[in-house]
Amino acid sequence: MTNTEQKMPASLQEIVDEFQAVEDRQRLELLLEFANELPDVPEQYQDRLGEMEQVEECQTPLFLTVEYDDASRTAQLVLAAPAEAPTTRGFASIVHQGLNGLTYEEILAVPDDLADRLGLARTITPLRLRGIRAMLARIKRNVRDHLQQTTPH
Amino acid sequence: MADKDFSQYANPDALVSTDWVAEHKDDDNVVLLESNEDVLLYETGHIPGAQKIDWHTDLNDPVTRDFINEEQFAAFASAKGITPETTVVFYGDKSNWWAAYALWVFTLFGHKDLRLVDGGRQKWVDEGRELTTEVPSPTPTDYPVPAKREDDAWRAFREDVLEHLGKGPLVDVRSPAEYSGEVTSAPGFEDKEGALRGGHIPTAASVPWAKAANEDGTFKSREELEKIYKEEAGVGEADEVIAYCRIGERSSHTWFVLKHLLGYDKVRNYDGSWTEWGNAVRLPIVTGTEKGEVPAK
Repeated sequence: MTNTEQKMPASLQEIVDEFQAVEDRQRLELLLEFANELPDVPEQYQDRLGEMEQVEECQTPLFLTVEYDDASRTAQLVLAAPAEAPTTRGFASIVHQGLNGLTYEEILAVPDDLADRLGLARTITPLRLRGIRAMLARIKRNVRDHLQQTTPH
Repeated sequence: MADKDFSQYANPDALVSTDWVAEHKDDDNVVLLESNEDVLLYETGHIPGAQKIDWHTDLNDPVTRDFINEEQFAAFASAKGITPETTVVFYGDKSNWWAAYALWVFTLFGHKDLRLVDGGRQKWVDEGRELTTEVPSPTPTDYPVPAKREDDAWRAFREDVLEHLGKGPLVDVRSPAEYSGEVTSAPGFEDKEGALRGGHIPTAASVPWAKAANEDGTFKSREELEKIYKEEAGVGEADEVIAYCRIGERSSHTWFVLKHLLGYDKVRNYDGSWTEWGNAVRLPIVTGTEKGEVPAK
Protein backbone atom coordinates (compact mmCIF):
# COMPACT_ATOMS: atom_id res chain seq x y z
CA MET A 1 0.00 0.00 0.00
CA THR A 2 2.96 2.25 -0.40
CA ASN A 3 1.19 3.73 -3.39
CA THR A 4 -1.43 5.36 -1.16
CA GLU A 5 -1.24 9.07 -1.63
CA GLN A 6 -0.50 10.81 1.65
CA LYS A 7 -3.12 13.31 2.69
CA MET A 8 -3.69 15.09 5.96
CA PRO A 9 -7.26 14.78 7.32
CA ALA A 10 -8.77 18.15 8.30
CA SER A 11 -9.21 17.06 11.92
CA LEU A 12 -5.53 16.24 12.25
CA GLN A 13 -4.41 19.31 10.33
CA GLU A 14 -6.26 21.45 12.85
CA ILE A 15 -4.21 19.93 15.65
CA VAL A 16 -0.96 20.40 13.74
CA ASP A 17 -1.89 24.06 13.17
CA GLU A 18 -2.54 24.44 16.87
CA PHE A 19 0.95 23.19 17.68
CA GLN A 20 2.56 25.27 14.96
CA ALA A 21 0.90 28.44 16.23
CA VAL A 22 2.73 28.41 19.59
CA GLU A 23 6.29 28.54 20.93
CA ASP A 24 8.31 25.47 22.04
CA ARG A 25 7.49 25.72 25.72
CA GLN A 26 3.77 26.11 25.08
CA ARG A 27 3.86 23.11 22.77
CA LEU A 28 4.72 20.99 25.80
CA GLU A 29 1.81 22.47 27.71
CA LEU A 30 -0.44 21.78 24.75
CA LEU A 31 0.75 18.18 24.64
CA LEU A 32 -0.04 17.86 28.34
CA GLU A 33 -3.54 19.19 27.69
CA PHE A 34 -3.99 16.53 25.06
CA ALA A 35 -2.69 13.91 27.49
CA ASN A 36 -5.36 14.92 29.98
CA GLU A 37 -8.05 14.68 27.31
CA LEU A 38 -7.36 11.06 26.35
CA PRO A 39 -10.67 9.30 26.98
CA ASP A 40 -10.86 6.38 29.40
CA VAL A 41 -10.89 2.96 27.84
CA PRO A 42 -14.43 1.55 27.43
CA GLU A 43 -15.38 -1.01 30.02
CA GLN A 44 -15.20 -4.04 27.75
CA TYR A 45 -11.44 -3.49 27.35
CA GLN A 46 -10.60 -2.81 31.00
CA ASP A 47 -9.52 -6.37 31.71
CA ARG A 48 -7.18 -6.34 28.72
CA LEU A 49 -5.15 -3.37 29.92
CA GLY A 50 -2.65 -5.79 31.44
CA GLU A 51 -1.41 -6.35 27.89
CA MET A 52 -0.03 -2.84 28.06
CA GLU A 53 2.51 -3.82 30.67
CA GLN A 54 3.98 -6.66 28.68
CA VAL A 55 6.33 -4.66 26.56
CA GLU A 56 10.06 -4.82 26.14
CA GLU A 57 12.20 -2.53 28.17
CA CYS A 58 12.55 0.88 26.51
CA GLN A 59 9.26 0.54 24.68
CA THR A 60 6.46 2.64 26.03
CA PRO A 61 3.43 0.71 27.19
CA LEU A 62 0.53 1.38 24.88
CA PHE A 63 -2.81 -0.32 24.55
CA LEU A 64 -4.28 -0.11 21.08
CA THR A 65 -7.30 -1.70 19.52
CA VAL A 66 -9.40 -0.72 16.53
CA GLU A 67 -13.13 -1.28 16.09
CA TYR A 68 -14.22 -1.55 12.48
CA ASP A 69 -17.52 -0.65 10.87
CA ASP A 70 -17.32 -2.23 7.43
CA ALA A 71 -20.65 -0.77 6.33
CA SER A 72 -19.37 2.77 6.60
CA ARG A 73 -15.72 1.70 6.26
CA THR A 74 -14.80 3.73 9.30
CA ALA A 75 -12.64 2.89 12.32
CA GLN A 76 -12.97 3.72 16.00
CA LEU A 77 -9.67 3.85 17.86
CA VAL A 78 -9.22 2.73 21.44
CA LEU A 79 -5.92 3.90 22.90
CA ALA A 80 -4.57 3.85 26.42
CA ALA A 81 -1.27 4.49 28.15
CA PRO A 82 -0.40 4.60 31.85
CA ALA A 83 -0.57 7.81 33.86
CA GLU A 84 3.23 7.64 34.33
CA ALA A 85 3.62 8.10 30.56
CA PRO A 86 1.96 11.45 29.84
CA THR A 87 3.98 12.00 26.67
CA THR A 88 2.64 8.77 25.20
CA ARG A 89 -0.84 9.70 26.40
CA GLY A 90 -0.46 13.06 24.66
CA PHE A 91 0.49 11.43 21.37
CA ALA A 92 -2.30 8.87 21.74
CA SER A 93 -4.77 11.67 22.33
CA ILE A 94 -3.61 13.60 19.25
CA VAL A 95 -3.95 10.48 17.15
CA HIS A 96 -7.34 9.75 18.69
CA GLN A 97 -8.75 13.23 18.18
CA GLY A 98 -7.27 13.46 14.71
CA LEU A 99 -8.20 10.06 13.34
CA ASN A 100 -11.08 8.56 15.29
CA GLY A 101 -14.07 7.74 13.11
CA LEU A 102 -12.28 8.39 9.82
CA THR A 103 -12.49 6.01 6.89
CA TYR A 104 -9.93 3.26 6.35
CA GLU A 105 -8.54 5.12 3.35
CA GLU A 106 -8.22 8.40 5.23
CA ILE A 107 -6.29 6.71 8.03
CA LEU A 108 -3.94 4.93 5.65
CA ALA A 109 -3.28 8.23 3.88
CA VAL A 110 -2.08 10.08 6.99
CA PRO A 111 1.43 11.34 6.28
CA ASP A 112 4.08 9.28 8.08
CA ASP A 113 5.94 12.43 9.08
CA LEU A 114 3.10 13.51 11.38
CA ALA A 115 5.53 13.60 14.33
CA ASP A 116 7.78 16.10 12.55
CA ARG A 117 4.87 18.32 11.58
CA LEU A 118 3.94 18.86 15.22
CA GLY A 119 7.23 20.73 15.72
CA LEU A 120 8.12 18.88 18.90
CA ALA A 121 11.58 17.65 17.93
CA ARG A 122 13.45 20.32 19.87
CA THR A 123 11.66 19.93 23.18
CA ILE A 124 10.67 16.27 23.05
CA THR A 125 13.89 15.07 21.37
CA PRO A 126 13.90 12.91 18.24
CA LEU A 127 14.28 9.77 20.37
CA ARG A 128 10.96 10.29 22.07
CA LEU A 129 9.27 11.17 18.80
CA ARG A 130 9.76 7.57 17.73
CA GLY A 131 6.82 6.74 19.94
CA ILE A 132 4.34 8.66 17.86
CA ARG A 133 5.73 7.26 14.62
CA ALA A 134 5.42 3.75 15.97
CA MET A 135 1.87 4.44 17.14
CA LEU A 136 0.74 5.67 13.73
CA ALA A 137 2.49 2.75 12.04
CA ARG A 138 0.73 0.28 14.33
CA ILE A 139 -2.68 1.79 13.58
CA LYS A 140 -2.05 1.69 9.84
CA ARG A 141 -0.84 -1.89 10.03
CA ASN A 142 -3.93 -2.82 12.00
CA VAL A 143 -6.18 -1.26 9.32
CA ARG A 144 -4.25 -2.95 6.51
CA ASP A 145 -4.53 -6.34 8.22
CA HIS A 146 -8.25 -5.81 8.63
CA LEU A 147 -8.64 -4.90 4.96
CA GLN A 148 -6.73 -8.00 3.92
CA GLN A 149 -8.86 -10.24 6.10
CA THR A 150 -12.15 -8.81 4.87
CA THR A 151 -11.36 -8.45 1.19
CA PRO A 152 -13.15 -11.25 -0.69
CA HIS A 153 -10.75 -13.56 -2.49
CA MET B 1 8.89 -2.69 56.91
CA ALA B 2 11.99 -1.66 58.80
CA ASP B 3 13.96 1.23 57.39
CA LYS B 4 16.74 0.12 55.15
CA ASP B 5 20.17 0.70 56.62
CA PHE B 6 22.21 2.63 54.08
CA SER B 7 25.39 2.11 56.10
CA GLN B 8 25.75 -1.29 54.40
CA TYR B 9 26.79 0.50 51.21
CA ALA B 10 30.27 1.73 50.39
CA ASN B 11 29.09 5.33 50.28
CA PRO B 12 26.06 5.55 52.57
CA ASP B 13 25.68 9.27 51.87
CA ALA B 14 24.87 8.71 48.21
CA LEU B 15 21.37 7.44 48.96
CA VAL B 16 18.48 9.03 50.81
CA SER B 17 15.10 7.58 51.71
CA THR B 18 11.72 9.08 50.89
CA ASP B 19 11.40 9.81 54.61
CA TRP B 20 14.60 11.81 54.47
CA VAL B 21 13.25 13.75 51.49
CA ALA B 22 9.98 14.51 53.27
CA GLU B 23 11.96 15.82 56.22
CA HIS B 24 14.71 17.75 54.46
CA LYS B 25 13.28 18.90 51.14
CA ASP B 26 12.79 22.44 52.40
CA ASP B 27 16.25 22.76 53.96
CA ASP B 28 18.20 25.73 52.66
CA ASN B 29 21.12 23.62 51.52
CA VAL B 30 19.01 21.03 49.71
CA VAL B 31 17.97 21.21 46.05
CA LEU B 32 15.68 18.50 44.72
CA LEU B 33 15.85 17.69 40.99
CA GLU B 34 13.41 15.43 39.14
CA SER B 35 14.83 13.77 36.03
CA ASN B 36 12.49 11.57 33.98
CA GLU B 37 12.40 9.70 30.77
CA ASP B 38 8.96 11.12 30.14
CA VAL B 39 9.36 14.79 29.38
CA LEU B 40 5.89 15.69 30.68
CA LEU B 41 5.77 13.65 33.85
CA TYR B 42 7.10 16.42 36.10
CA GLU B 43 4.30 18.68 34.91
CA THR B 44 1.63 16.19 35.99
CA GLY B 45 2.85 16.49 39.58
CA HIS B 46 6.13 16.34 41.49
CA ILE B 47 7.54 16.43 45.01
CA PRO B 48 6.88 19.90 46.43
CA GLY B 49 9.93 22.09 45.89
CA ALA B 50 11.47 19.85 43.23
CA GLN B 51 12.73 21.39 40.02
CA LYS B 52 12.72 19.71 36.64
CA ILE B 53 15.88 18.69 34.87
CA ASP B 54 15.71 17.32 31.34
CA TRP B 55 18.61 15.02 30.53
CA HIS B 56 18.52 15.92 26.88
CA THR B 57 17.82 19.62 26.63
CA ASP B 58 19.56 20.67 29.86
CA LEU B 59 22.63 18.46 29.93
CA ASN B 60 23.54 17.91 26.29
CA ASP B 61 25.21 20.25 23.88
CA PRO B 62 22.79 21.00 21.06
CA VAL B 63 25.46 20.75 18.35
CA THR B 64 28.10 18.18 19.29
CA ARG B 65 27.15 14.80 20.73
CA ASP B 66 28.60 15.72 24.08
CA PHE B 67 27.60 17.14 27.43
CA ILE B 68 27.37 20.80 28.25
CA ASN B 69 30.68 22.51 29.02
CA GLU B 70 31.89 24.03 32.28
CA GLU B 71 30.37 27.48 31.63
CA GLN B 72 27.03 25.99 30.64
CA PHE B 73 27.02 23.83 33.75
CA ALA B 74 27.76 26.79 36.01
CA ALA B 75 24.95 28.76 34.40
CA PHE B 76 22.57 25.84 34.72
CA ALA B 77 23.42 25.17 38.38
CA SER B 78 23.12 28.89 39.17
CA ALA B 79 19.66 29.05 37.65
CA LYS B 80 18.57 26.13 39.85
CA GLY B 81 19.79 27.89 42.98
CA ILE B 82 22.66 25.48 43.51
CA THR B 83 25.98 26.41 45.12
CA PRO B 84 29.05 24.13 45.40
CA GLU B 85 27.96 23.35 48.98
CA THR B 86 24.41 22.36 48.06
CA THR B 87 23.16 18.85 48.69
CA VAL B 88 21.67 17.98 45.29
CA VAL B 89 19.11 15.20 45.47
CA PHE B 90 17.95 13.44 42.31
CA TYR B 91 14.93 11.27 41.72
CA GLY B 92 12.93 10.19 38.70
CA ASP B 93 10.83 7.63 36.86
CA LYS B 94 11.87 4.17 35.65
CA SER B 95 13.69 3.28 38.88
CA ASN B 96 15.86 6.39 38.64
CA TRP B 97 17.44 5.73 35.21
CA TRP B 98 17.45 9.35 34.27
CA ALA B 99 18.06 10.57 37.79
CA ALA B 100 21.22 8.45 37.93
CA TYR B 101 22.20 9.84 34.55
CA ALA B 102 21.82 13.43 35.75
CA LEU B 103 23.73 12.59 38.93
CA TRP B 104 26.54 11.11 36.87
CA VAL B 105 26.74 14.22 34.66
CA PHE B 106 26.92 16.40 37.79
CA THR B 107 29.76 14.16 38.94
CA LEU B 108 31.71 15.10 35.81
CA PHE B 109 31.71 18.69 37.00
CA GLY B 110 33.06 17.80 40.42
CA HIS B 111 29.97 18.72 42.45
CA LYS B 112 30.54 17.07 45.82
CA ASP B 113 27.26 16.29 47.54
CA LEU B 114 25.07 14.31 45.14
CA ARG B 115 22.39 11.88 46.27
CA LEU B 116 19.75 9.63 44.81
CA VAL B 117 16.34 8.95 46.36
CA ASP B 118 16.14 5.19 46.91
CA GLY B 119 13.10 3.98 44.96
CA GLY B 120 12.77 7.20 43.00
CA ARG B 121 9.53 8.80 41.95
CA GLN B 122 7.49 5.59 42.04
CA LYS B 123 8.19 4.96 45.70
CA TRP B 124 7.18 8.49 46.66
CA VAL B 125 3.95 8.12 44.67
CA ASP B 126 3.21 4.61 45.98
CA GLU B 127 3.57 5.83 49.52
CA GLY B 128 0.80 8.30 48.83
CA ARG B 129 2.99 11.28 49.54
CA GLU B 130 2.22 14.81 48.46
CA LEU B 131 2.61 15.90 44.83
CA THR B 132 2.17 19.38 43.43
CA THR B 133 2.11 21.01 40.02
CA GLU B 134 3.51 24.22 41.46
CA VAL B 135 6.88 25.06 39.90
CA PRO B 136 9.38 26.63 42.31
CA SER B 137 11.31 29.78 41.37
CA PRO B 138 14.69 29.51 43.10
CA THR B 139 16.83 32.53 43.79
CA PRO B 140 19.69 32.30 41.27
CA THR B 141 23.16 31.75 42.68
CA ASP B 142 26.59 32.41 41.24
CA TYR B 143 28.00 28.91 40.79
CA PRO B 144 31.73 29.20 39.99
CA VAL B 145 32.74 27.73 36.63
CA PRO B 146 34.39 24.34 37.34
CA ALA B 147 38.04 24.22 36.25
CA LYS B 148 37.51 21.15 34.10
CA ARG B 149 34.88 18.60 33.24
CA GLU B 150 36.39 15.41 34.66
CA ASP B 151 35.85 13.20 31.63
CA ASP B 152 39.02 11.19 32.30
CA ALA B 153 37.85 10.03 35.67
CA TRP B 154 34.25 9.08 34.99
CA ARG B 155 33.75 8.75 31.30
CA ALA B 156 35.06 6.20 28.81
CA PHE B 157 35.38 6.94 25.11
CA ARG B 158 35.57 4.26 22.45
CA GLU B 159 39.37 4.38 22.42
CA ASP B 160 39.36 3.81 26.17
CA VAL B 161 37.05 0.83 25.75
CA LEU B 162 39.29 -0.69 23.06
CA GLU B 163 42.29 -0.21 25.32
CA HIS B 164 40.38 -1.75 28.23
CA LEU B 165 39.47 -4.97 26.37
CA GLY B 166 41.10 -7.94 28.03
CA LYS B 167 42.48 -5.82 30.87
CA GLY B 168 39.40 -5.18 32.92
CA PRO B 169 35.73 -6.01 33.16
CA LEU B 170 33.07 -4.50 30.94
CA VAL B 171 29.44 -4.55 31.99
CA ASP B 172 26.68 -4.47 29.39
CA VAL B 173 23.51 -3.40 31.20
CA ARG B 174 21.01 -3.73 28.34
CA SER B 175 18.33 -6.42 28.12
CA PRO B 176 19.48 -9.97 27.24
CA ALA B 177 18.01 -9.69 23.75
CA GLU B 178 19.92 -6.49 23.06
CA TYR B 179 23.08 -8.15 24.37
CA SER B 180 22.78 -11.23 22.17
CA GLY B 181 21.88 -9.16 19.14
CA GLU B 182 18.70 -10.93 18.12
CA VAL B 183 16.10 -8.79 16.43
CA THR B 184 13.68 -7.85 19.13
CA SER B 185 11.46 -5.19 17.67
CA ALA B 186 7.92 -6.16 16.86
CA PRO B 187 6.82 -5.59 13.25
CA GLY B 188 6.05 -1.96 12.65
CA PHE B 189 8.37 -0.77 15.38
CA GLU B 190 11.46 1.04 14.35
CA ASP B 191 14.63 -0.63 15.47
CA LYS B 192 14.87 0.69 18.98
CA GLU B 193 18.61 0.22 19.08
CA GLY B 194 19.32 2.78 16.41
CA ALA B 195 22.35 0.68 15.47
CA LEU B 196 23.43 -1.05 12.29
CA ARG B 197 24.40 -4.23 14.08
CA GLY B 198 23.11 -6.05 17.13
CA GLY B 199 25.32 -7.69 19.71
CA HIS B 200 27.77 -6.59 22.40
CA ILE B 201 31.34 -5.46 22.95
CA PRO B 202 33.75 -8.44 23.16
CA THR B 203 34.33 -9.66 26.74
CA ALA B 204 31.40 -7.69 28.18
CA ALA B 205 29.33 -9.43 30.85
CA SER B 206 25.57 -9.14 30.62
CA VAL B 207 23.98 -7.66 33.74
CA PRO B 208 20.69 -5.97 32.87
CA TRP B 209 20.45 -2.81 34.97
CA ALA B 210 17.21 -3.92 36.61
CA LYS B 211 19.02 -6.74 38.40
CA ALA B 212 20.25 -4.09 40.81
CA ALA B 213 16.75 -2.98 41.71
CA ASN B 214 13.96 -4.47 43.78
CA GLU B 215 10.35 -4.56 42.55
CA ASP B 216 9.66 -1.19 44.16
CA GLY B 217 12.65 0.42 42.43
CA THR B 218 14.85 0.55 45.53
CA PHE B 219 18.37 -0.83 45.33
CA LYS B 220 19.07 -4.37 46.43
CA SER B 221 21.16 -5.05 49.51
CA ARG B 222 24.92 -4.83 49.28
CA GLU B 223 25.17 -8.56 49.76
CA GLU B 224 22.85 -9.22 46.82
CA LEU B 225 24.66 -6.68 44.67
CA GLU B 226 28.06 -8.19 45.43
CA LYS B 227 26.78 -11.58 44.38
CA ILE B 228 25.45 -10.19 41.08
CA TYR B 229 28.39 -8.04 40.07
CA LYS B 230 31.42 -9.43 41.87
CA GLU B 231 30.64 -13.10 41.42
CA GLU B 232 28.15 -13.70 38.63
CA ALA B 233 29.41 -10.98 36.30
CA GLY B 234 33.00 -11.60 37.26
CA VAL B 235 33.87 -8.03 38.12
CA GLY B 236 35.71 -9.39 41.14
CA GLU B 237 38.16 -6.99 42.72
CA ALA B 238 38.95 -5.16 39.50
CA ASP B 239 40.54 -1.71 39.73
CA GLU B 240 38.79 -0.38 36.68
CA VAL B 241 35.33 -1.15 35.37
CA ILE B 242 33.46 0.25 32.37
CA ALA B 243 29.67 0.08 31.99
CA TYR B 244 27.64 0.79 28.89
CA CYS B 245 24.14 0.46 27.46
CA ARG B 246 22.49 2.12 24.48
CA ILE B 247 23.15 5.81 25.10
CA GLY B 248 24.61 5.74 28.59
CA GLU B 249 21.47 6.24 30.65
CA ARG B 250 20.79 2.77 32.02
CA SER B 251 24.52 2.34 32.55
CA SER B 252 24.54 5.45 34.75
CA HIS B 253 22.28 3.47 37.07
CA THR B 254 24.84 0.64 37.10
CA TRP B 255 27.67 3.17 37.42
CA PHE B 256 26.00 4.41 40.60
CA VAL B 257 25.75 0.86 41.93
CA LEU B 258 29.39 0.02 41.18
CA LYS B 259 30.80 3.31 42.38
CA HIS B 260 28.67 4.33 45.33
CA LEU B 261 27.04 1.16 46.58
CA LEU B 262 29.85 -1.34 45.98
CA GLY B 263 32.74 1.11 46.19
CA TYR B 264 34.77 0.23 43.10
CA ASP B 265 37.50 2.79 42.77
CA LYS B 266 37.51 3.66 39.11
CA VAL B 267 34.23 3.15 37.33
CA ARG B 268 33.61 4.78 34.00
CA ASN B 269 30.44 5.07 31.97
CA TYR B 270 30.86 4.62 28.21
CA ASP B 271 28.15 7.07 27.16
CA GLY B 272 28.77 6.52 23.46
CA SER B 273 27.49 3.02 24.23
CA TRP B 274 25.82 0.81 21.66
CA THR B 275 24.60 3.67 19.49
CA GLU B 276 28.27 4.41 18.84
CA TRP B 277 29.88 0.96 19.07
CA GLY B 278 27.20 -0.82 17.04
CA ASN B 279 27.53 1.71 14.23
CA ALA B 280 31.24 2.48 14.22
CA VAL B 281 33.59 1.40 11.46
CA ARG B 282 36.32 -1.12 12.38
CA LEU B 283 35.01 -1.99 15.82
CA PRO B 284 34.57 -5.68 16.69
CA ILE B 285 31.34 -7.06 18.11
CA VAL B 286 30.16 -10.39 19.48
CA THR B 287 26.72 -11.86 18.92
CA GLY B 288 25.00 -14.50 21.01
CA THR B 289 25.05 -15.10 24.73
CA GLU B 290 28.81 -15.72 25.18
CA LYS B 291 31.06 -12.87 26.25
CA GLY B 292 33.48 -13.50 23.41
CA GLU B 293 37.24 -13.13 23.13
CA VAL B 294 39.50 -10.12 22.86
CA PRO B 295 40.03 -9.72 19.11
CA ALA B 296 43.59 -10.10 17.80
CA LYS B 297 45.21 -6.76 17.00
